[in-house]
Amino acid sequence: MSQLSRSLSELLGRDPKKPRPEEVAPKAKEVLAAQRSDKTRIEEIRIEIAHKAQNKMPEKLRRKRWAVLIFINLLFLISYVLDIQMLEGALTASRFVGFHMADLNSALQVMLAYKHVVINLLIGTVTVFIMWWLLGGRTFCSWVCPYHLLAEWAEILHLKLASKKLVKDHPFDRRARTWFWVIFSILALVTGYTVFETVSPTGILSRALIYGPGLALIWVVLLLLFEIFYSRRAWCRYACPIGLTYGLVGATSPFKVQYTLENCFHEGECRKVCLVPHVLDTVIMGRARELKVDIGADCTRCGRCVDACPTSSLNFKFKGLGDLL
Amino acid sequence: MSKVQKTKRKTPRSRRSFLRTVVLGVGLVSASLLGFIPVLQHWVKRLRPPGALLEQKFLASCIKCGQCVQVCPVEAIKLADLDEGFGVGSPYIDARAQACDFSCDGLQCVLACPTGALTHEINYPHETDMGIAKVVRPESCLAVLGQGFKGQARGAKFTGKLRYDEVDRWNPIPVREHPYDLELCDLCVRQCPIEIRIAQCEAGKPPSGDKNQCPPQHAIRLEPMENGQGGKRMRPVILDGCVGCGVCEMICPVEPTVIAMDSSKSRGMSV
Repeated sequence: MSQLSRSLSELLGRDPKKPRPEEVAPKAKEVLAAQRSDKTRIEEIRIEIAHKAQNKMPEKLRRKRWAVLIFINLLFLISYVLDIQMLEGALTASRFVGFHMADLNSALQVMLAYKHVVINLLIGTVTVFIMWWLLGGRTFCSWVCPYHLLAEWAEILHLKLASKKLVKDHPFDRRARTWFWVIFSILALVTGYTVFETVSPTGILSRALIYGPGLALIWVVLLLLFEIFYSRRAWCRYACPIGLTYGLVGATSPFKVQYTLENCFHEGECRKVCLVPHVLDTVIMGRARELKVDIGADCTRCGRCVDACPTSSLNFKFKGLGDLL
Repeated sequence: MSKVQKTKRKTPRSRRSFLRTVVLGVGLVSASLLGFIPVLQHWVKRLRPPGALLEQKFLASCIKCGQCVQVCPVEAIKLADLDEGFGVGSPYIDARAQACDFSCDGLQCVLACPTGALTHEINYPHETDMGIAKVVRPESCLAVLGQGFKGQARGAKFTGKLRYDEVDRWNPIPVREHPYDLELCDLCVRQCPIEIRIAQCEAGKPPSGDKNQCPPQHAIRLEPMENGQGGKRMRPVILDGCVGCGVCEMICPVEPTVIAMDSSKSRGMSV
Protein backbone atom coordinates (compact mmCIF):
# COMPACT_ATOMS: atom_id res chain seq x y z
CA MET A 1 0.00 0.00 0.00
CA SER A 2 1.49 3.32 -1.00
CA GLN A 3 1.77 6.30 1.28
CA LEU A 4 -0.96 8.12 -0.68
CA SER A 5 -3.50 5.29 -0.61
CA ARG A 6 -2.86 4.83 3.13
CA SER A 7 -3.38 8.55 3.65
CA LEU A 8 -6.63 8.49 1.64
CA SER A 9 -8.07 5.40 3.30
CA GLU A 10 -7.36 6.89 6.74
CA LEU A 11 -9.03 10.08 5.56
CA LEU A 12 -12.11 8.05 4.64
CA GLY A 13 -12.19 6.51 8.11
CA ARG A 14 -10.03 3.39 8.17
CA ASP A 15 -7.94 2.87 11.28
CA PRO A 16 -4.19 3.11 10.75
CA LYS A 17 -2.44 -0.26 10.58
CA LYS A 18 0.84 -1.27 12.13
CA PRO A 19 3.46 -1.64 9.43
CA ARG A 20 4.56 -5.19 8.66
CA PRO A 21 8.29 -5.68 9.26
CA GLU A 22 9.02 -5.73 5.52
CA GLU A 23 7.27 -2.36 5.14
CA VAL A 24 9.71 -0.59 7.43
CA ALA A 25 12.74 0.83 5.69
CA PRO A 26 16.07 -0.67 6.92
CA LYS A 27 17.33 2.73 8.03
CA ALA A 28 14.19 3.32 10.07
CA LYS A 29 14.67 -0.09 11.67
CA GLU A 30 18.21 0.83 12.66
CA VAL A 31 17.10 4.08 14.27
CA LEU A 32 14.30 2.32 16.15
CA ALA A 33 16.65 -0.38 17.40
CA ALA A 34 19.10 2.26 18.61
CA GLN A 35 16.30 4.16 20.35
CA ARG A 36 15.09 1.02 22.10
CA SER A 37 18.52 0.08 23.43
CA ASP A 38 19.48 3.58 24.50
CA LYS A 39 18.91 3.58 28.25
CA THR A 40 20.07 7.16 28.83
CA ARG A 41 17.55 8.27 26.22
CA ILE A 42 14.73 6.63 28.16
CA GLU A 43 15.93 8.38 31.30
CA GLU A 44 16.01 11.66 29.41
CA ILE A 45 12.39 11.15 28.39
CA ARG A 46 11.30 10.82 32.02
CA ILE A 47 13.09 14.01 33.02
CA GLU A 48 11.76 15.78 29.98
CA ILE A 49 8.15 14.84 30.72
CA ALA A 50 8.45 15.87 34.38
CA HIS A 51 10.00 19.17 33.36
CA LYS A 52 7.30 19.89 30.84
CA ALA A 53 4.49 19.16 33.25
CA GLN A 54 5.83 22.03 35.36
CA ASN A 55 6.54 24.57 32.62
CA LYS A 56 3.85 24.60 30.01
CA MET A 57 5.01 26.18 26.78
CA PRO A 58 2.74 28.78 25.22
CA GLU A 59 1.21 27.63 21.96
CA LYS A 60 2.63 30.30 19.69
CA LEU A 61 1.41 28.79 16.45
CA ARG A 62 -2.08 28.42 17.78
CA ARG A 63 -2.28 32.10 18.59
CA LYS A 64 -0.96 33.04 15.18
CA ARG A 65 -3.46 30.74 13.54
CA TRP A 66 -6.33 32.22 15.52
CA ALA A 67 -5.19 35.68 14.47
CA VAL A 68 -5.16 34.64 10.80
CA LEU A 69 -8.59 33.00 11.11
CA ILE A 70 -10.12 36.02 12.79
CA PHE A 71 -8.47 38.38 10.33
CA ILE A 72 -9.82 36.54 7.27
CA ASN A 73 -13.33 36.40 8.69
CA LEU A 74 -13.20 40.03 9.74
CA LEU A 75 -11.96 40.98 6.29
CA PHE A 76 -15.33 39.82 4.90
CA LEU A 77 -17.12 41.99 7.44
CA ILE A 78 -14.86 45.03 7.07
CA SER A 79 -15.02 44.82 3.31
CA TYR A 80 -18.81 44.95 3.44
CA VAL A 81 -19.22 47.53 6.18
CA LEU A 82 -16.66 49.95 4.77
CA ASP A 83 -17.58 49.04 1.18
CA ILE A 84 -13.94 48.62 0.17
CA GLN A 85 -14.58 45.60 -2.04
CA MET A 86 -11.61 43.61 -0.78
CA LEU A 87 -13.39 40.37 -0.02
CA GLU A 88 -17.07 40.43 -0.98
CA GLY A 89 -19.56 37.70 -0.18
CA ALA A 90 -19.24 35.03 2.47
CA LEU A 91 -17.17 31.87 2.93
CA THR A 92 -19.50 29.92 0.63
CA ALA A 93 -18.59 32.14 -2.32
CA SER A 94 -16.80 35.43 -2.57
CA ARG A 95 -14.79 37.79 -4.66
CA PHE A 96 -11.28 38.64 -3.55
CA VAL A 97 -10.41 42.02 -5.14
CA GLY A 98 -12.69 41.01 -7.98
CA PHE A 99 -11.52 37.42 -8.45
CA HIS A 100 -14.17 34.76 -8.02
CA MET A 101 -13.72 32.27 -5.20
CA ALA A 102 -16.11 29.45 -4.32
CA ASP A 103 -16.00 27.12 -1.36
CA LEU A 104 -15.38 23.69 -2.86
CA ASN A 105 -18.05 21.89 -0.88
CA SER A 106 -20.69 24.59 -1.42
CA ALA A 107 -19.83 24.65 -5.13
CA LEU A 108 -20.13 20.85 -5.25
CA GLN A 109 -23.55 21.00 -3.60
CA VAL A 110 -24.75 23.65 -6.05
CA MET A 111 -23.40 21.77 -9.06
CA LEU A 112 -25.10 18.55 -7.96
CA ALA A 113 -28.39 20.24 -7.12
CA TYR A 114 -28.57 22.61 -10.10
CA LYS A 115 -26.83 20.26 -12.57
CA HIS A 116 -25.49 23.23 -14.44
CA VAL A 117 -22.27 25.19 -13.94
CA VAL A 118 -21.92 28.82 -14.96
CA ILE A 119 -18.47 30.01 -15.92
CA ASN A 120 -18.03 32.27 -12.87
CA LEU A 121 -18.65 29.36 -10.52
CA LEU A 122 -16.20 27.22 -12.46
CA ILE A 123 -13.54 29.93 -12.27
CA GLY A 124 -14.14 30.35 -8.55
CA THR A 125 -14.00 26.62 -7.92
CA VAL A 126 -10.82 26.05 -9.90
CA THR A 127 -9.10 29.04 -8.27
CA VAL A 128 -9.96 27.82 -4.79
CA PHE A 129 -9.02 24.25 -5.70
CA ILE A 130 -5.54 25.29 -6.78
CA MET A 131 -5.15 27.60 -3.80
CA TRP A 132 -6.01 24.95 -1.22
CA TRP A 133 -4.08 22.26 -3.04
CA LEU A 134 -1.00 24.44 -2.67
CA LEU A 135 -1.81 25.34 0.93
CA GLY A 136 -2.59 21.83 2.12
CA GLY A 137 -6.33 21.20 1.73
CA ARG A 138 -7.70 20.91 5.24
CA THR A 139 -5.64 23.97 6.08
CA PHE A 140 -8.98 25.64 5.32
CA CYS A 141 -10.48 24.00 8.40
CA SER A 142 -8.04 25.17 11.02
CA TRP A 143 -6.91 28.46 9.49
CA VAL A 144 -10.17 29.83 8.02
CA CYS A 145 -13.33 28.04 9.17
CA PRO A 146 -15.04 30.10 11.90
CA TYR A 147 -16.70 27.02 13.37
CA HIS A 148 -13.26 25.48 13.94
CA LEU A 149 -12.34 28.36 16.22
CA LEU A 150 -15.53 28.13 18.28
CA ALA A 151 -15.08 24.35 18.43
CA GLU A 152 -11.54 24.79 19.73
CA TRP A 153 -12.86 26.97 22.54
CA ALA A 154 -15.59 24.42 23.23
CA GLU A 155 -12.87 21.76 23.29
CA ILE A 156 -10.91 23.65 25.95
CA LEU A 157 -14.06 23.67 28.06
CA HIS A 158 -14.71 20.00 27.33
CA LEU A 159 -11.18 19.05 28.42
CA LYS A 160 -11.50 21.07 31.64
CA LEU A 161 -14.77 19.35 32.48
CA ALA A 162 -13.32 15.99 31.49
CA SER A 163 -10.31 16.46 33.77
CA LYS A 164 -12.75 17.01 36.64
CA LYS A 165 -14.58 13.86 35.52
CA LEU A 166 -17.75 15.84 34.88
CA VAL A 167 -17.99 14.82 31.25
CA LYS A 168 -16.68 11.95 29.18
CA ASP A 169 -15.72 11.88 25.53
CA HIS A 170 -17.90 9.56 23.44
CA PRO A 171 -16.07 8.83 20.22
CA PHE A 172 -17.91 7.94 17.03
CA ASP A 173 -16.89 5.82 14.08
CA ARG A 174 -14.79 8.01 11.81
CA ARG A 175 -16.30 6.44 8.70
CA ALA A 176 -19.44 8.45 9.49
CA ARG A 177 -17.98 11.52 7.78
CA THR A 178 -17.51 9.64 4.52
CA TRP A 179 -21.11 8.47 4.71
CA PHE A 180 -22.32 12.01 5.35
CA TRP A 181 -20.33 13.21 2.35
CA VAL A 182 -21.93 10.55 0.14
CA ILE A 183 -25.42 11.02 1.58
CA PHE A 184 -25.40 14.81 1.25
CA SER A 185 -24.06 14.55 -2.29
CA ILE A 186 -26.84 12.13 -3.22
CA LEU A 187 -29.43 14.29 -1.47
CA ALA A 188 -28.32 17.36 -3.45
CA LEU A 189 -28.43 15.36 -6.68
CA VAL A 190 -31.80 13.73 -6.03
CA THR A 191 -33.77 16.47 -4.26
CA GLY A 192 -32.34 19.37 -6.22
CA TYR A 193 -31.72 21.33 -3.03
CA THR A 194 -28.43 22.15 -1.34
CA VAL A 195 -29.49 20.17 1.72
CA PHE A 196 -26.16 20.32 3.54
CA GLU A 197 -26.07 24.13 3.48
CA THR A 198 -29.08 24.09 5.81
CA VAL A 199 -27.00 22.58 8.62
CA SER A 200 -23.51 23.78 7.68
CA PRO A 201 -22.19 25.76 10.67
CA THR A 202 -19.45 27.20 8.46
CA GLY A 203 -21.91 28.91 6.12
CA ILE A 204 -24.26 29.87 8.93
CA LEU A 205 -21.50 31.47 11.02
CA SER A 206 -19.91 33.25 8.09
CA ARG A 207 -23.23 34.78 7.06
CA ALA A 208 -24.16 35.63 10.65
CA LEU A 209 -20.89 37.50 11.08
CA ILE A 210 -21.27 39.48 7.86
CA TYR A 211 -25.02 40.01 7.53
CA GLY A 212 -26.11 39.83 11.16
CA PRO A 213 -27.14 37.02 13.52
CA GLY A 214 -30.31 34.98 13.19
CA LEU A 215 -32.16 31.89 14.35
CA ALA A 216 -29.67 29.68 12.53
CA LEU A 217 -27.13 30.36 15.28
CA ILE A 218 -29.22 28.18 17.59
CA TRP A 219 -28.11 25.19 15.50
CA VAL A 220 -24.47 26.19 15.95
CA VAL A 221 -24.95 26.53 19.71
CA LEU A 222 -26.52 23.06 19.86
CA LEU A 223 -23.53 21.60 18.02
CA LEU A 224 -21.13 23.29 20.44
CA LEU A 225 -23.06 22.05 23.48
CA PHE A 226 -22.98 18.56 22.02
CA GLU A 227 -19.21 18.81 21.71
CA ILE A 228 -18.70 20.23 25.20
CA PHE A 229 -20.86 17.71 27.04
CA TYR A 230 -20.88 14.61 24.91
CA SER A 231 -18.26 14.16 22.25
CA ARG A 232 -15.00 16.06 21.80
CA ARG A 233 -14.81 17.94 18.48
CA ALA A 234 -17.59 15.75 17.10
CA TRP A 235 -18.57 17.92 14.12
CA CYS A 236 -15.08 18.36 12.68
CA ARG A 237 -14.03 14.79 13.43
CA TYR A 238 -17.04 12.71 12.45
CA ALA A 239 -19.50 14.82 10.50
CA CYS A 240 -18.33 17.71 8.38
CA PRO A 241 -18.23 16.88 4.65
CA ILE A 242 -16.40 20.16 4.00
CA GLY A 243 -13.44 18.70 5.87
CA LEU A 244 -13.46 15.60 3.69
CA THR A 245 -13.70 17.64 0.49
CA TYR A 246 -10.67 19.70 1.46
CA GLY A 247 -8.92 16.59 2.73
CA LEU A 248 -9.22 15.02 -0.71
CA VAL A 249 -7.91 18.20 -2.31
CA GLY A 250 -4.94 18.32 0.04
CA ALA A 251 -4.02 14.64 -0.24
CA THR A 252 -1.37 15.38 -2.86
CA SER A 253 -0.53 18.86 -1.59
CA PRO A 254 3.12 19.91 -1.38
CA PHE A 255 2.41 21.53 1.99
CA LYS A 256 2.55 19.05 4.86
CA VAL A 257 3.52 18.43 8.40
CA GLN A 258 6.55 16.15 8.30
CA TYR A 259 7.68 13.73 10.96
CA THR A 260 11.36 13.03 11.66
CA LEU A 261 11.88 9.71 13.36
CA GLU A 262 15.43 10.37 14.58
CA ASN A 263 14.43 13.21 16.91
CA CYS A 264 11.32 11.56 18.27
CA PHE A 265 11.04 10.43 21.90
CA HIS A 266 7.63 8.81 21.29
CA GLU A 267 6.07 10.65 24.21
CA GLY A 268 2.76 11.14 22.42
CA GLU A 269 2.33 14.81 23.37
CA CYS A 270 1.35 15.55 19.74
CA ARG A 271 -1.43 12.99 19.73
CA LYS A 272 -3.01 14.49 22.83
CA VAL A 273 -3.59 17.87 21.18
CA CYS A 274 -4.39 16.65 17.68
CA LEU A 275 -7.88 17.04 16.20
CA VAL A 276 -7.28 13.95 14.06
CA PRO A 277 -4.85 11.80 16.09
CA HIS A 278 -5.03 8.88 13.66
CA VAL A 279 -2.80 10.85 11.27
CA LEU A 280 -0.09 10.78 13.96
CA ASP A 281 -0.16 7.02 14.33
CA THR A 282 3.31 6.99 12.81
CA VAL A 283 4.85 8.65 15.89
CA ILE A 284 4.07 5.61 18.05
CA MET A 285 7.19 3.55 18.71
CA GLY A 286 7.66 1.10 15.84
CA ARG A 287 5.03 2.52 13.50
CA ALA A 288 7.19 4.75 11.31
CA ARG A 289 7.93 3.26 7.91
CA GLU A 290 10.62 5.73 6.90
CA LEU A 291 13.06 8.11 8.56
CA LYS A 292 10.85 10.97 7.45
CA VAL A 293 7.10 10.52 7.15
CA ASP A 294 4.59 12.96 5.66
CA ILE A 295 1.50 13.31 7.81
CA GLY A 296 -1.67 12.21 6.00
CA ALA A 297 -4.43 14.05 4.16
CA ASP A 298 -6.76 14.37 7.14
CA CYS A 299 -4.21 16.65 8.87
CA THR A 300 -5.49 20.23 9.08
CA ARG A 301 -1.97 21.72 9.27
CA CYS A 302 -3.08 23.50 12.44
CA GLY A 303 0.42 23.17 13.85
CA ARG A 304 -0.57 22.21 17.37
CA CYS A 305 1.62 19.11 17.17
CA VAL A 306 4.48 21.27 15.92
CA ASP A 307 4.07 23.40 19.03
CA ALA A 308 3.52 20.46 21.35
CA CYS A 309 6.52 18.39 20.26
CA PRO A 310 9.42 19.06 22.67
CA THR A 311 12.00 17.62 20.29
CA SER A 312 10.98 19.32 17.05
CA SER A 313 10.20 16.02 15.39
CA LEU A 314 7.18 17.51 13.65
CA ASN A 315 7.60 20.42 11.27
CA PHE A 316 5.82 22.22 8.48
CA LYS A 317 7.29 21.31 5.16
CA PHE A 318 6.70 22.78 1.72
CA LYS A 319 7.91 20.22 -0.77
CA GLY A 320 9.55 21.84 -3.73
CA LEU A 321 10.41 20.22 -7.01
CA GLY A 322 13.74 19.18 -5.51
CA ASP A 323 12.06 16.94 -2.95
CA LEU A 324 9.93 15.24 -5.54
CA LEU A 325 12.89 14.28 -7.76
CA MET B 1 -3.89 -13.08 11.39
CA SER B 2 -5.34 -9.65 10.89
CA LYS B 3 -8.83 -11.18 10.69
CA VAL B 4 -8.42 -12.73 14.12
CA GLN B 5 -7.43 -9.34 15.51
CA LYS B 6 -10.45 -7.73 13.95
CA THR B 7 -12.95 -10.11 15.53
CA LYS B 8 -11.17 -9.69 18.83
CA ARG B 9 -11.59 -5.93 18.64
CA LYS B 10 -15.37 -6.19 18.26
CA THR B 11 -15.87 -5.58 21.95
CA PRO B 12 -19.16 -4.30 23.37
CA ARG B 13 -17.51 -0.89 23.47
CA SER B 14 -16.94 -0.69 19.75
CA ARG B 15 -20.46 -1.98 19.15
CA ARG B 16 -21.76 0.86 21.30
CA SER B 17 -19.68 3.32 19.35
CA PHE B 18 -21.11 1.91 16.12
CA LEU B 19 -24.68 2.27 17.38
CA ARG B 20 -23.94 5.80 18.56
CA THR B 21 -22.65 6.59 15.10
CA VAL B 22 -25.81 5.29 13.45
CA VAL B 23 -27.91 7.45 15.77
CA LEU B 24 -25.72 10.45 14.95
CA GLY B 25 -26.10 9.76 11.24
CA VAL B 26 -29.86 9.42 11.33
CA GLY B 27 -30.11 12.49 13.58
CA LEU B 28 -28.02 14.78 11.39
CA VAL B 29 -29.56 13.73 8.11
CA SER B 30 -33.09 14.09 9.56
CA ALA B 31 -32.24 17.52 10.96
CA SER B 32 -31.05 18.67 7.55
CA LEU B 33 -34.12 17.22 5.85
CA LEU B 34 -36.38 19.26 8.15
CA GLY B 35 -35.43 22.03 5.74
CA PHE B 36 -37.82 20.41 3.26
CA ILE B 37 -40.90 21.35 5.26
CA PRO B 38 -41.03 25.10 4.66
CA VAL B 39 -40.04 24.57 1.02
CA LEU B 40 -42.55 21.87 0.12
CA GLN B 41 -45.37 23.50 2.06
CA HIS B 42 -44.82 26.75 0.14
CA TRP B 43 -44.71 28.55 3.47
CA VAL B 44 -42.32 31.00 1.97
CA LYS B 45 -43.58 33.33 -0.73
CA ARG B 46 -40.84 35.78 -1.29
CA LEU B 47 -40.00 38.49 -3.71
CA ARG B 48 -36.57 37.43 -4.95
CA PRO B 49 -33.97 39.77 -6.45
CA PRO B 50 -34.17 40.57 -10.19
CA GLY B 51 -33.35 37.67 -12.47
CA ALA B 52 -34.02 34.97 -9.88
CA LEU B 53 -34.71 31.60 -11.49
CA LEU B 54 -37.94 29.78 -10.68
CA GLU B 55 -38.03 28.93 -6.98
CA GLN B 56 -36.82 25.31 -7.15
CA LYS B 57 -33.99 26.09 -9.56
CA PHE B 58 -33.21 29.22 -7.58
CA LEU B 59 -32.76 27.38 -4.29
CA ALA B 60 -30.71 24.71 -6.08
CA SER B 61 -28.32 27.17 -7.67
CA CYS B 62 -28.00 29.85 -4.96
CA ILE B 63 -24.74 29.36 -3.05
CA LYS B 64 -25.97 31.56 -0.18
CA CYS B 65 -23.06 34.00 -0.21
CA GLY B 66 -24.92 37.32 -0.15
CA GLN B 67 -22.86 39.06 -2.82
CA CYS B 68 -26.17 40.42 -4.21
CA VAL B 69 -26.86 41.91 -0.77
CA GLN B 70 -23.56 43.74 -0.81
CA VAL B 71 -23.90 45.48 -4.17
CA CYS B 72 -27.48 46.73 -3.86
CA PRO B 73 -27.40 50.55 -3.57
CA VAL B 74 -30.70 50.72 -1.67
CA GLU B 75 -29.96 47.63 0.46
CA ALA B 76 -33.21 46.03 -0.64
CA ILE B 77 -31.90 42.48 -0.43
CA LYS B 78 -31.87 40.49 2.81
CA LEU B 79 -30.92 36.90 3.57
CA ALA B 80 -33.44 34.35 4.81
CA ASP B 81 -33.07 32.63 8.16
CA LEU B 82 -33.24 28.98 9.21
CA ASP B 83 -37.05 29.02 9.45
CA GLU B 84 -37.07 28.97 5.64
CA GLY B 85 -35.45 25.55 5.55
CA PHE B 86 -33.38 24.95 2.45
CA GLY B 87 -33.84 28.66 1.76
CA VAL B 88 -31.53 29.60 4.64
CA GLY B 89 -29.11 32.26 3.48
CA SER B 90 -31.00 32.86 0.22
CA PRO B 91 -31.76 36.46 -0.77
CA TYR B 92 -35.22 38.03 -0.72
CA ILE B 93 -36.80 41.46 -0.86
CA ASP B 94 -39.36 42.78 1.59
CA ALA B 95 -40.86 45.38 -0.71
CA ARG B 96 -42.86 47.25 1.93
CA ALA B 97 -39.65 47.89 3.91
CA GLN B 98 -37.34 48.50 0.96
CA ALA B 99 -38.22 47.77 -2.63
CA CYS B 100 -35.85 47.36 -5.55
CA ASP B 101 -36.00 50.68 -7.37
CA PHE B 102 -33.42 49.73 -10.00
CA SER B 103 -31.34 52.71 -8.98
CA CYS B 104 -28.25 50.74 -9.98
CA ASP B 105 -29.64 50.75 -13.57
CA GLY B 106 -27.37 47.84 -14.50
CA LEU B 107 -28.83 45.11 -12.28
CA GLN B 108 -25.79 44.89 -10.02
CA CYS B 109 -27.16 41.92 -8.08
CA VAL B 110 -27.41 39.91 -11.29
CA LEU B 111 -23.84 40.81 -12.18
CA ALA B 112 -22.65 39.90 -8.68
CA CYS B 113 -24.26 36.47 -8.60
CA PRO B 114 -21.51 33.84 -8.95
CA THR B 115 -23.77 30.88 -9.76
CA GLY B 116 -26.39 32.24 -12.15
CA ALA B 117 -29.16 31.85 -9.56
CA LEU B 118 -29.90 35.40 -10.68
CA THR B 119 -29.79 34.71 -14.39
CA HIS B 120 -27.21 36.61 -16.36
CA GLU B 121 -29.54 36.58 -19.36
CA ILE B 122 -31.21 39.84 -18.38
CA ASN B 123 -29.62 43.27 -18.55
CA TYR B 124 -32.37 45.83 -18.01
CA PRO B 125 -35.00 46.51 -15.36
CA HIS B 126 -37.94 45.92 -17.72
CA GLU B 127 -36.64 42.44 -18.53
CA THR B 128 -37.03 41.28 -14.94
CA ASP B 129 -40.01 39.36 -13.63
CA MET B 130 -40.03 39.44 -9.85
CA GLY B 131 -43.79 39.30 -9.53
CA ILE B 132 -46.75 41.54 -10.22
CA ALA B 133 -48.39 44.33 -8.27
CA LYS B 134 -51.95 43.75 -7.11
CA VAL B 135 -54.38 46.36 -5.86
CA VAL B 136 -55.43 44.53 -2.73
CA ARG B 137 -57.31 47.27 -0.83
CA PRO B 138 -58.85 49.57 -3.46
CA GLU B 139 -61.35 50.88 -0.91
CA SER B 140 -58.64 52.64 1.08
CA CYS B 141 -56.71 54.04 -1.91
CA LEU B 142 -56.38 57.82 -1.64
CA ALA B 143 -56.86 58.28 -5.39
CA VAL B 144 -60.01 56.17 -5.32
CA LEU B 145 -61.24 58.34 -2.44
CA GLY B 146 -60.36 61.41 -4.47
CA GLN B 147 -57.81 62.56 -1.90
CA GLY B 148 -54.43 64.20 -2.26
CA PHE B 149 -51.30 63.54 -0.24
CA LYS B 150 -49.05 65.93 1.61
CA GLY B 151 -45.94 65.14 3.63
CA GLN B 152 -43.54 62.21 4.04
CA ALA B 153 -44.91 59.22 2.16
CA ARG B 154 -44.24 56.69 4.92
CA GLY B 155 -43.78 58.97 7.91
CA ALA B 156 -40.74 60.38 9.66
CA LYS B 157 -39.40 57.06 10.92
CA PHE B 158 -39.36 55.17 7.64
CA THR B 159 -35.82 54.29 6.59
CA GLY B 160 -36.51 53.14 3.02
CA LYS B 161 -34.66 54.84 0.18
CA LEU B 162 -35.38 55.79 -3.40
CA ARG B 163 -33.35 57.43 -6.09
CA TYR B 164 -34.88 60.71 -7.18
CA ASP B 165 -33.19 61.67 -10.43
CA GLU B 166 -34.09 65.34 -9.96
CA VAL B 167 -32.40 65.38 -6.52
CA ASP B 168 -29.38 63.18 -7.09
CA ARG B 169 -28.85 61.19 -10.26
CA TRP B 170 -26.46 58.75 -8.57
CA ASN B 171 -27.35 58.30 -4.94
CA PRO B 172 -30.62 57.12 -3.43
CA ILE B 173 -31.90 59.21 -0.50
CA PRO B 174 -34.30 58.33 2.33
CA VAL B 175 -37.93 58.69 1.28
CA ARG B 176 -38.59 60.75 4.42
CA GLU B 177 -36.24 63.44 3.12
CA HIS B 178 -38.39 63.88 0.05
CA PRO B 179 -41.87 65.05 1.12
CA TYR B 180 -44.67 65.33 -1.41
CA ASP B 181 -47.55 67.73 -1.96
CA LEU B 182 -50.02 66.15 -4.36
CA GLU B 183 -53.55 67.24 -5.23
CA LEU B 184 -54.49 63.68 -6.02
CA CYS B 185 -52.26 60.90 -4.69
CA ASP B 186 -50.47 59.23 -7.59
CA LEU B 187 -47.35 58.03 -5.73
CA CYS B 188 -47.54 54.48 -7.07
CA VAL B 189 -47.51 55.72 -10.65
CA ARG B 190 -45.17 58.65 -10.06
CA GLN B 191 -42.43 56.53 -8.44
CA CYS B 192 -42.79 53.45 -10.63
CA PRO B 193 -39.27 52.78 -12.00
CA ILE B 194 -40.74 51.51 -15.27
CA GLU B 195 -42.93 54.59 -15.71
CA ILE B 196 -40.02 56.88 -14.82
CA ARG B 197 -37.92 55.22 -17.53
CA ILE B 198 -40.70 55.48 -20.10
CA ALA B 199 -41.05 59.20 -19.33
CA GLN B 200 -37.29 59.71 -19.64
CA CYS B 201 -37.24 57.88 -22.96
CA GLU B 202 -40.18 59.90 -24.27
CA ALA B 203 -38.27 63.04 -23.32
CA GLY B 204 -35.37 61.72 -25.39
CA LYS B 205 -33.19 61.08 -22.35
CA PRO B 206 -33.01 57.35 -21.70
CA PRO B 207 -31.01 56.28 -18.60
CA SER B 208 -27.26 56.31 -19.32
CA GLY B 209 -28.14 57.35 -22.87
CA ASP B 210 -28.91 53.72 -23.61
CA LYS B 211 -32.06 53.19 -25.67
CA ASN B 212 -32.18 49.55 -24.56
CA GLN B 213 -33.09 50.88 -21.12
CA CYS B 214 -36.48 51.97 -22.52
CA PRO B 215 -39.30 49.69 -21.31
CA PRO B 216 -41.61 48.59 -24.13
CA GLN B 217 -44.77 48.50 -22.01
CA HIS B 218 -46.39 50.61 -19.33
CA ALA B 219 -46.58 49.11 -15.85
CA ILE B 220 -49.21 51.12 -13.99
CA ARG B 221 -51.54 54.05 -14.57
CA LEU B 222 -54.38 55.88 -12.90
CA GLU B 223 -57.71 55.54 -14.65
CA PRO B 224 -60.66 57.85 -14.06
CA MET B 225 -63.48 56.11 -12.25
CA GLU B 226 -66.81 55.91 -14.02
CA ASN B 227 -69.13 57.05 -11.26
CA GLY B 228 -66.75 59.66 -10.02
CA GLN B 229 -68.25 62.68 -8.33
CA GLY B 230 -66.68 65.72 -9.89
CA GLY B 231 -64.34 63.52 -11.99
CA LYS B 232 -61.53 63.67 -9.46
CA ARG B 233 -61.56 60.02 -8.42
CA MET B 234 -59.03 57.71 -10.03
CA ARG B 235 -58.01 54.11 -9.53
CA PRO B 236 -54.62 52.47 -10.04
CA VAL B 237 -54.53 49.83 -12.77
CA ILE B 238 -51.63 47.42 -13.16
CA LEU B 239 -50.48 46.83 -16.73
CA ASP B 240 -48.45 44.20 -18.55
CA GLY B 241 -45.18 46.09 -18.13
CA CYS B 242 -45.19 45.59 -14.33
CA VAL B 243 -42.11 43.63 -13.20
CA GLY B 244 -43.05 43.38 -9.51
CA CYS B 245 -40.19 45.49 -8.19
CA GLY B 246 -42.36 46.60 -5.30
CA VAL B 247 -41.74 50.35 -5.31
CA CYS B 248 -45.49 51.11 -5.43
CA GLU B 249 -45.98 48.85 -2.38
CA MET B 250 -43.17 50.61 -0.57
CA ILE B 251 -44.28 54.16 -1.38
CA CYS B 252 -48.04 53.68 -0.77
CA PRO B 253 -48.77 56.06 2.14
CA VAL B 254 -51.86 54.13 3.32
CA GLU B 255 -51.52 51.67 6.22
CA PRO B 256 -51.86 48.84 5.44
CA THR B 257 -50.73 49.19 1.86
CA VAL B 258 -53.24 49.40 -0.98
CA ILE B 259 -50.88 47.70 -3.43
CA ALA B 260 -48.95 44.52 -2.66
CA MET B 261 -46.65 42.28 -4.67
CA ASP B 262 -47.68 38.82 -5.74
CA SER B 263 -44.70 36.73 -6.74
CA SER B 264 -46.27 33.26 -6.81
CA LYS B 265 -46.71 33.07 -10.59
CA SER B 266 -43.32 34.56 -11.38
CA ARG B 267 -41.67 32.18 -8.93
CA GLY B 268 -43.43 29.20 -10.44
CA MET B 269 -45.21 28.59 -7.16
CA SER B 270 -48.87 29.16 -8.04
CA VAL B 271 -50.77 26.46 -6.22
